[in-house]
Amino acid sequence: MGLVSAVLSGFVLALIAPWIYRIARGATGWLLAIFPLALFAYFLSYIGAVAAGDVVRVSYPWVPSLGINLSFYLDGLSLLFAFLITGIGALVLIYTGGYLKDHSHLGRFYGFILFFMASMLGVVLADNTMGLFLFWELTSVSSFLLIGFEHEKESSRAAALQALLVTALGGMALLGGFLLLNQAVGSWEISELVRQGDAIRTHSLYIPIVLLVLAGAFTKSAQFPFHFWLPSAMEAPTPVSAYLHSATMVKAGVYLLARMTPALAETALWTGTVTAVGAVTMVFGAAIAFRQSDLKLILAYSTVSALGIMMMLLGVGTAGAVQAMVVFLFGHALYKGALFMLAGAIDHEAGTRDVNRLAGLRSAMPVSAAAGLLAALSMAAVPALFGFYGKELFYESLAEDYLMPVLLFASVLTSMIFVAVAVLAGIKPFIGETTSSAKQPHEAPISLWLGPVTLAATGLVLGLWPSMVDKSALLPAIHAVLWRPVFLELALWHGLNPIFLLSMATLASGSGLFIFRSRLLRLFSWLDALRDCGPRNGYSLALAGLNAAAQAQTRVLQSGYLRYYLLIVVATATVLSGYKLLQDIESLSFGRLFDVTFYEAAPALLILLAAFMATRVRSRLAAIAALGVVGFSVALVFVLFSAPDLAMTQFSIETLTVILFVLVFYHLPRFAILSSAWTRARDTFVALTAGGLITAIMLKASGVELHPKISTYYIENSVPLAHGHNIVNVILVEFRGLDTLGEITVLAIAAVGVYALLKFWPGKTETR
Amino acid sequence: MKIQLILPLLIPLTTAILSLLAWNWSTGRRAISVAGAFLLLADAAWLLATVWDDGIQVMAMGNWPAPFGIVFVADLFSAMMVVIAGVMGFAVAIYSLVTMDRGRESFGYYALLHFLLLGVCGAFLTGDLFNLYVWFEVMLMASFVLLALGGERPQMEGAIKYVTLNLISSALFLAAVGLLYGVAGTLNMADLAQKLRAPDDANLVTTIAMLFLVAFGIKAGIFPLFFWLPASYHTPPVAVSAIFAALLTKVGVYALIRVFTLLFVQDIGYTHTVILILAGLTMVTGVLGAIAQNEFRRILAFHIISQIGYMIMGLGIFTQAALAGSIFYTLHHIIVKTNLFLVSGVAHFVHGTYDLKKLGGLYKNFPGLSFLFLIPALSLAGVPPLSGFFGKLTLAQAGIASEQYVIVATALAVGLLTLFSMTKIWLEAFWKAPPQLPTEACDAKALGSRAAYYLLLSPIILLALLTLIFGFAAEAILVVSLRAAEQLMNPAEYIRAVLGKTS
Repeated sequence: MGLVSAVLSGFVLALIAPWIYRIARGATGWLLAIFPLALFAYFLSYIGAVAAGDVVRVSYPWVPSLGINLSFYLDGLSLLFAFLITGIGALVLIYTGGYLKDHSHLGRFYGFILFFMASMLGVVLADNTMGLFLFWELTSVSSFLLIGFEHEKESSRAAALQALLVTALGGMALLGGFLLLNQAVGSWEISELVRQGDAIRTHSLYIPIVLLVLAGAFTKSAQFPFHFWLPSAMEAPTPVSAYLHSATMVKAGVYLLARMTPALAETALWTGTVTAVGAVTMVFGAAIAFRQSDLKLILAYSTVSALGIMMMLLGVGTAGAVQAMVVFLFGHALYKGALFMLAGAIDHEAGTRDVNRLAGLRSAMPVSAAAGLLAALSMAAVPALFGFYGKELFYESLAEDYLMPVLLFASVLTSMIFVAVAVLAGIKPFIGETTSSAKQPHEAPISLWLGPVTLAATGLVLGLWPSMVDKSALLPAIHAVLWRPVFLELALWHGLNPIFLLSMATLASGSGLFIFRSRLLRLFSWLDALRDCGPRNGYSLALAGLNAAAQAQTRVLQSGYLRYYLLIVVATATVLSGYKLLQDIESLSFGRLFDVTFYEAAPALLILLAAFMATRVRSRLAAIAALGVVGFSVALVFVLFSAPDLAMTQFSIETLTVILFVLVFYHLPRFAILSSAWTRARDTFVALTAGGLITAIMLKASGVELHPKISTYYIENSVPLAHGHNIVNVILVEFRGLDTLGEITVLAIAAVGVYALLKFWPGKTETR
Repeated sequence: MKIQLILPLLIPLTTAILSLLAWNWSTGRRAISVAGAFLLLADAAWLLATVWDDGIQVMAMGNWPAPFGIVFVADLFSAMMVVIAGVMGFAVAIYSLVTMDRGRESFGYYALLHFLLLGVCGAFLTGDLFNLYVWFEVMLMASFVLLALGGERPQMEGAIKYVTLNLISSALFLAAVGLLYGVAGTLNMADLAQKLRAPDDANLVTTIAMLFLVAFGIKAGIFPLFFWLPASYHTPPVAVSAIFAALLTKVGVYALIRVFTLLFVQDIGYTHTVILILAGLTMVTGVLGAIAQNEFRRILAFHIISQIGYMIMGLGIFTQAALAGSIFYTLHHIIVKTNLFLVSGVAHFVHGTYDLKKLGGLYKNFPGLSFLFLIPALSLAGVPPLSGFFGKLTLAQAGIASEQYVIVATALAVGLLTLFSMTKIWLEAFWKAPPQLPTEACDAKALGSRAAYYLLLSPIILLALLTLIFGFAAEAILVVSLRAAEQLMNPAEYIRAVLGKTS
């Protein structure tokens, strides 16, 4: 029960957060932070058991008809993510209080961010794929609401829409993948799927499953070519960027693939795709990060790159690579969260995020400067900071396999840029000469620096004493992915091996990149032209194309002309019915068509002639008269087939209709032929086909052996049971009296309608 | 003889007559309308409980035995539809109290509303094919007058397209009934089911079945027969749009499901494949139509079409799970779509327009309304754990189990496009700053009558709660839907209930 309430209680708190804010005002962030801290402590209590290899699983039936359970699963991987979500979550809540102080929608903001926190916990704890999908979609929705938080800004709305569409596209693919997985192995439970890995890998649906799941993960984790939504999402307030768009939500795709590794990985398709996409994203993200000057965009693109690293390592999938992925992921969450929050604090205090204009803030903001230094050093992978270990394992895992020189080269290049970017984002704003800025900068309030300082200090402490986490928190996560015992001991000093030398070379050349940044940018400025053919443009084009296609389709289909509607409807009926009839056209006997007497044929001929007349005459009055002839001839048919009462009705109705038509048409403008010869030919064709179809069906139907009709019952029982001699009357008022009630009602409604249409005009409302 | 089976006819009929009698007594009309709607809902619930406990209920009108007289039959599917019609009638009756103008009220609006409910309930419950035609006519006439009432120019334009195309439907329906009578010599649906089981000429029956498909397809608003719907739904007062959105097309869907499970299962390789293809095309063309619109109600109207595709998708797949998905989806859709129309009416109430370009600022000024919009909007797009998700999931799972991958992929993709078009409303009407500040008059109208505003919100809250219940307690609804689908897939139970042991 504990796991369920750990997830669900967050939603409850999210719902009441706006009201808490009304009471607690400025203290709300601190107050709300107690919740994730308590959850952090709760998860901490599992650390021993999980490290010992235990897993916790709870399951309650939710929609058993579909096999969906509310089931949660806690192993090393979930636990590591849970720590990040709750730990950073607490800091972000506190940070929010300072960052959005006195914002008119702050109460809602707390609600959204708690809603996200609970959803994200759900993603990493869910065992049921449908549960995971549920929370996955909720993170997309909360991300949408948070990115568009400044909702009156056009750019915020566009960014929110973009993020939602891209992640929902992936969500849709993911749902498809999960559905196919369920079809393949008959289970929604991840804990079952991972046991069925071999069955899945040999299943005929394996390829679509992998592609769909990967599409879900790649969109969520901003992999090339879906990465563009993440930089756009920087429209969101900085706490959101720090929390959702660097530390947690964007890692959901990485989490998913790590989780699915035992079920899906170790095929050429998986390894090739994940590695390649990850590697491209890694290099691409780093390269773009390098040329940004907005602090948040620098960090966003470097996050894209870091996510690419994690994906690539998952794709490689060796024990070393998975170790590297987990360690890197943890380190990245620490330093990137700190750097993002600092970026917000700097923006808040100095009034700009442009790195070219930021300098010399160290004296005004000493605490922030210290945090920035530590976080940047960690990101640059300087020894003694936690980021160092991720980088070491990363290099090692690629170097151990000599088939991957390209990947290793790309990784070194990326890491060099990371060094430069780290200095640019975490150190440069604080050093050098103070520049004049709009605002007089001063140290941020404690709520703004507590987060970055805590995260950066954690990076230092764990960097010095990595044994605090390596076996307890990181190793179980690695086990959860690999499913086989591995060994992990993080140590500061491995001896002077080639990897260490490579790291030092990276640091040196990365610093060089920073120093020569502006010169390099000028050198590569021709690359800027490529910007316009990137995937972001593809998104805009796709959206515009969708809108254009929708417009075009609707203009054609919903044209507004009743004549086209009628044409399509009649043609549809003809085609759908006629298709079947044509299949045994030979059984149609036209012999019966001529098996008629003269006085039967005469009205038929009259009808045909009159109908033809109606379409040919050039006067409305004549057309009405022709239609009247049709009606009266039909009445004649009734007379011939011994239904005089029907005929009487038909005569009176026809007479009335003709009179009414004449009265109304009198007021119409002169008759004119507006249609072209072609349209008339088309309409003739459709009309004749439809008429022919009905004729053919009639012919066939009349040839069918009849079942005994229910009408014999009416004939037999009309007098003895219903005491009426006129069978038609008895049918109308007795056997099928309900029909008559219905028809009377129709008349009554029509009467009300006619009265209202004549008497009631909204212009003179109070007519009564 | 169970009285609850006939009350869904008698209650709306009586209510309508009483409202007509209270022609000059405005308070009386309103009270009668709400009371009648509530009684209908209560009886519908009673009926559903009876059918759940005691099986299919049958009542012979005037005690003339089937197949000679007209019978009313309530299986679970019918009963569920009557319940949902009752809920919608009640919600719209309350909503009308605030939004309906005095003029329309005094020219029989409430009577027409209940006549419409009469036709709808009759269609859901009748076991006779010609009687179904009669209820269709009642519905058509009531809806036509509701649509035209007031006689504003756009209304008349919409009403003419509406009535013309629906008369084509009636004509095809009548022709098809006549032909079927010629072939089978009976009108009772259970009797027909029996006689069509082994027809002398299967191709002829299939040909006639296609006429029914087109006739009901026009009513249901499937591709390519839906033109009347986007032409008319945005023209009448919003309460009328809402009840139309709730029930009109769904009677068509009901009729399709009824005849293509009970009567026309001779050649499912043709008929149900055609239905499945039309389902896919309906989804796609509907949602693209919605994307092309810029007016709150027009967007919603096109979405109805798109969602009809999902409802008949299950019929096309034709397994128990798929039909259960169709039923669940239909119920979900009725609640959600009606609610969206009701929300659009509130937007109109406070800002005086449905045009997305002129709307704005609702999120800032009406946060409660905004979240009430999000619930049905996200549900419509199939975001879990709301009702639409489970409907879509049931259908998708059934589709995959039958290896109908194309339709499942279409359904999922259309879900994404639906989300896109719902966000469009959200971005424009709710998030965007209003183009000009709402005029004093509008503000005063909205805030000066707080009681009216909350009365206006109450049906929206009710339907939003139902959406949440359909999501969180999806199991309960699904169990009933599955059982209803089982009854549909095995018509023997239905036939036995109507005809006794004659089979």
